Amino acid sequence: MRTPSWAPVLYLGPAVVVMAAACLYPVISAFQLGLHDWSMGTPWSEARWTGLDNFVSAFSNARVWSSLWTTLLFAAVCVSAEMALGIALALALERPVRGTAVFRTLFILPMMIAPVAVGLVWRYIFDAQFGPVNAALALLRIAPVAWLAEPALAFIAIVVADIWQWTPFVFIMMVAAVANVDAAVIEAARLDGARWWQLTFRVKLPMISHVIAITLMMRLIDAFRVLEVVYVLTFGGPGDSTEILALHIYKTAFVGQQLGVAAAISVLLLVVVAVLSWGALRLSNPLKADR
Amino acid sequence: MNRSVFPRCLHYAALVVLAALCVAPIAIIFATSLRQQVDIFAEPLNFIFAPTLENYRAVLEEERFSRYLANSLIVGLASTAITLLLGCMAAYGLARFRFRGRATVAYVTLLLRTVPLAVLAIPVFMIWNAWHLVDSLAGLVLLYVAVNLPFTIWLLYGFVLQVPVELEEAAAIDGCGPVRVFVKVILPLMAPGLAAASIFTFRIAWNEFILALVLSGRQTRTLPVAASLYITDIGVDWGRVMAMGGLIAIPPLIFTFVAARQIITGLTAGAVKG
Repeated sequence: MRTPSWAPVLYLGPAVVVMAAACLYPVISAFQLGLHDWSMGTPWSEARWTGLDNFVSAFSNARVWSSLWTTLLFAAVCVSAEMALGIALALALERPVRGTAVFRTLFILPMMIAPVAVGLVWRYIFDAQFGPVNAALALLRIAPVAWLAEPALAFIAIVVADIWQWTPFVFIMMVAAVANVDAAVIEAARLDGARWWQLTFRVKLPMISHVIAITLMMRLIDAFRVLEVVYVLTFGGPGDSTEILALHIYKTAFVGQQLGVAAAISVLLLVVVAVLSWGALRLSNPLKADR
Repeated sequence: MNRSVFPRCLHYAALVVLAALCVAPIAIIFATSLRQQVDIFAEPLNFIFAPTLENYRAVLEEERFSRYLANSLIVGLASTAITLLLGCMAAYGLARFRFRGRATVAYVTLLLRTVPLAVLAIPVFMIWNAWHLVDSLAGLVLLYVAVNLPFTIWLLYGFVLQVPVELEEAAAIDGCGPVRVFVKVILPLMAPGLAAASIFTFRIAWNEFILALVLSGRQTRTLPVAASLYITDIGVDWGRVMAMGGLIAIPPLIFTFVAARQIITGLTAGAVKG
């Protein structure tokens, strides 16, 4: 088909303009803002060029580094737990049974619910006074635990909420991947006398390793983007024990009113996510996957 | 089918336990929203109680609740409609045309998909100020369209690729213009992708909270922002806040039950071929 030269502009133009104006331009502005001292409510023309001052003060701030550490720990714990659980469950429960569709519907519910509602309900579940967890502990004659007032326990709370919400995603990806493995290969291995653990570790897992890698990258990227659930569940507290980087950026900007410094920190988060995205792109490039 | 490690009843038992774990917190939202404040305080684990709609009545009678609901609906529906329209055009253009800058557009779009919203919040607040879009629904819609387009384009791109070019050529030979080819041939074949994309876009626009919190004012708040305001330093009115959470959860729950298959298609698209 001969395509006139204006055709791509016509089809892609509107989307490109919107993404450039409301997504790419803000991202670039974050860099620019990081180099300025600007106060909310004043025109941009009054912003003062400060060079790398914001970056220096951001990276010499111990709270930024502790927040980065919290984020890394959060991502590592959540994602490894989700991957391990999701893969194990998918391998155990891959076989389609009656009612599979119903179960899958129930499994995707946690990711569809608003993060605000997720944060709220887990805050309630872990509530020291009224929460079901402490009520259940009371039945076992265990004294109430102030879940959200203890740094380590509050961290466990945000991890549990994330695992609850996203393990089903890993599970669904893995079930789809296993279902996609050529049944003839499995059958052949079985006829050759492979035991279930050989089938699992020597045949199935290697054959879905690509999907495992992509799912891992997707989960990692999203773990670094988490903000809303933690905002509602702990707001970073107690102290800064659950203050992940995204929340730290938000607080620096909109509570501490230090927009330039917050922009400088967000460049750090952007770099982390961009590196992960680049890795994901190396693993699975939809442009190259053209069939 | 071959023998499995698990006997059938164990398989079912495991599925039921997992489903219960997934559903329990959502059930807690609705159960708590139907209880009286005194009951919530008294016995958290008592599941037999006289349900009351008192909390819902209180929330619905809030001064500006209908305003917030309308805002959420407008923002959710407008963002979804515009994202789908621009997204399917762009996906088609990206899949069918070879032009200068195609790779750049493609890769930048892919990278934009992963930008953390916390990173966007600050510069968007600044830019929207300059463009007089703060405290306006149009400002939220523009932002949600922009953040949802990358995923939508890439999801639909995969669907366009599956449509044989020959089909389009045949339609063109039959005298269809490019627009008619797009509407009559491509769009119907993209229907499952469009369904998935619309659910994902609506979900983000309806549920999103941080950007809406930063960009909205008293008249332009969406429901999630209004819900967050129930949490104060003095304490949380659990009954009401759960009623609010429950109301926000209803549309996504309905979508999930109606279109679980399309949602799973959308989730696994790209990573799993099939």
